[in-house]
Amino acid sequence: MSVTEKVRPTPAERVAPREPRVTDEHGRRVRVWELALRYLLLLAVLALTVGPFLWQLSTSLKGPTEDIFSSPPKFLPGDPTLHNYERVAETIPVWDYALNSLKVATANVVTNCVGAALAGYALARLRYRGRKVATLVFILAMLVPVEGIIIAQFTTMRELGLNNTLIGVVLPGCISALNVLLMRNAFLNLPYEIEEAAYVDGANVWQRFLRIALPSVKGTLAVVAIFAFMGAWDDFLWPLIVLSDPSKFTLTIGLNYLHGTFANDERLVAAGTIIAVAPLIALFACLQRYFFRGVGEGAVKG
Amino acid sequence: MALSTVSRVRRQLPTSPWLFAAPGLLITGAFILYPFLSTLVNAFTDRRTLIPGEFVGLANFRELLNDDMFWIGLRNSTLYVLGVVPALVVLPLLLALLVQKNIPGITFFRSAFYTPVVASIVVVGLIWVWLLDERGLVNSLLETIGVGRVGFLSDQWLLLLSAMAVTVWKGLGYYMIIYLAALANVPRELHEAAAVDGAGAIRRFLTVTVPAVRSTMVLVGALSSVAAFKVFSEVYLMAGPSGGPAGEDTTLVMLVQRTGTGLTGRVGYASAISVVVFVVTVALMLLVLRADRREES
Repeated sequence: MSVTEKVRPTPAERVAPREPRVTDEHGRRVRVWELALRYLLLLAVLALTVGPFLWQLSTSLKGPTEDIFSSPPKFLPGDPTLHNYERVAETIPVWDYALNSLKVATANVVTNCVGAALAGYALARLRYRGRKVATLVFILAMLVPVEGIIIAQFTTMRELGLNNTLIGVVLPGCISALNVLLMRNAFLNLPYEIEEAAYVDGANVWQRFLRIALPSVKGTLAVVAIFAFMGAWDDFLWPLIVLSDPSKFTLTIGLNYLHGTFANDERLVAAGTIIAVAPLIALFACLQRYFFRGVGEGAVKG
Repeated sequence: MALSTVSRVRRQLPTSPWLFAAPGLLITGAFILYPFLSTLVNAFTDRRTLIPGEFVGLANFRELLNDDMFWIGLRNSTLYVLGVVPALVVLPLLLALLVQKNIPGITFFRSAFYTPVVASIVVVGLIWVWLLDERGLVNSLLETIGVGRVGFLSDQWLLLLSAMAVTVWKGLGYYMIIYLAALANVPRELHEAAAVDGAGAIRRFLTVTVPAVRSTMVLVGALSSVAAFKVFSEVYLMAGPSGGPAGEDTTLVMLVQRTGTGLTGRVGYASAISVVVFVVTVALMLLVLRADRREES
């Protein structure tokens, strides 16, 4: 008898809250009108942040006969076509530029991961005279505003005969001081005892680095890799200065060139920008977690 | 026993630490610190791209004082800081509050708001050049609602303002993520206590949220002001390489790029402008940090 009494109220309780039961991060109920307002605002900001990309995509898919200047605007292409993507490849060697960007970005990932991991390990774990000076060098380098030294970087590249080469594009940022310091912090946060045990078992410094320390900082390494890729793929000012031969251009410089030369052909520029941005949006969609984590860890970066 | 193990672990081949650090030190030395020092030295020479140049003392800086373009650049870069920084300190905080609650679909919105950060500044610049074009989407919409067309990209001041708006648009998501991390550390009890005391949403924002994330606001202020002063790409893409009508939209870094590159580049003079950029950048950092300390005491 007492059992049924206890059981009976339960279904009634379940039925009672008809309205959507949405809670905030503390588990409190959120009122419906407040929720509606929130979604309304979210949608407005969404239109503002993603809308421009979609408009660009829509423009790039509109055929030569379709009016792209109509007022009121037509948001969807009437007869979607990839014609503009073919045309942009006929106008500038856009796929070569994409390949150049890919080369530069990949090289930047490899050098930053290897160089920053090695230097970070040396700063965090190894004992030697001059370690503090070495750390200071990287801290100072991180504080130097790159925009202020580009001319001197350019003359340095000329002296090395590397201006107007993809190597010249990669070199100045190929082991960034920020990444070295990020890796150093990651290694410092590892417990020392494990490496100590490995040492007792006869592991040398390379083995300890490769087999024990490095696998434990994979997360930070992923952040370094992603930001190195994005940084190189998106960079504009430095490649603009160091590259002068159109056959060596990266995508960003190629787009600037396309815009400068064929500014009145909006469909063409739209197709070009979509080619440049699509890979990064895909990368971001797959690896969001690391992008957000990188913002936190790299917040010191200017 | 344990002690001796530690000291043994730390003793390794004397060359290996330097082998580990060498690539990083070499790159940093050759491509960051050496160019930095040579910028400081070149600022006092009349070096050109193809001519080594000679020491000229303060001549470059004296020339700067009489160079109209330099003052235009300094004015625009300063205006950029004044226009962009307040917006980038406040708007991402409001945005973070908007996406803080874990309601259905919120991770989608957070990611979507971050998209402009991922895109290259060149892509972003060109997207907005098309949106703000005389015949672009924004003007179509303005015409449809009866406001009429606006020359966003032809008027000197509207151009600078449009570029600032684009900088803010691209930066929103980045600073939103920084604020989200800070907001997660605001104790819930503070909000509840304020609510019990009858404080409304706006009052709670000003008396609870803002003081709790104040140090983050200072960080965002410092980061965004330094970045804003060094603005290049947005203005370069929207106003063109020559900096808009009569070059009136030129920023300092645009001037550095324009004077210092190419085969006839005036490396010495461009370095002098760069030195001004260094000095102002450091001053901005100190200013923000000092304002922070004064408010604290």
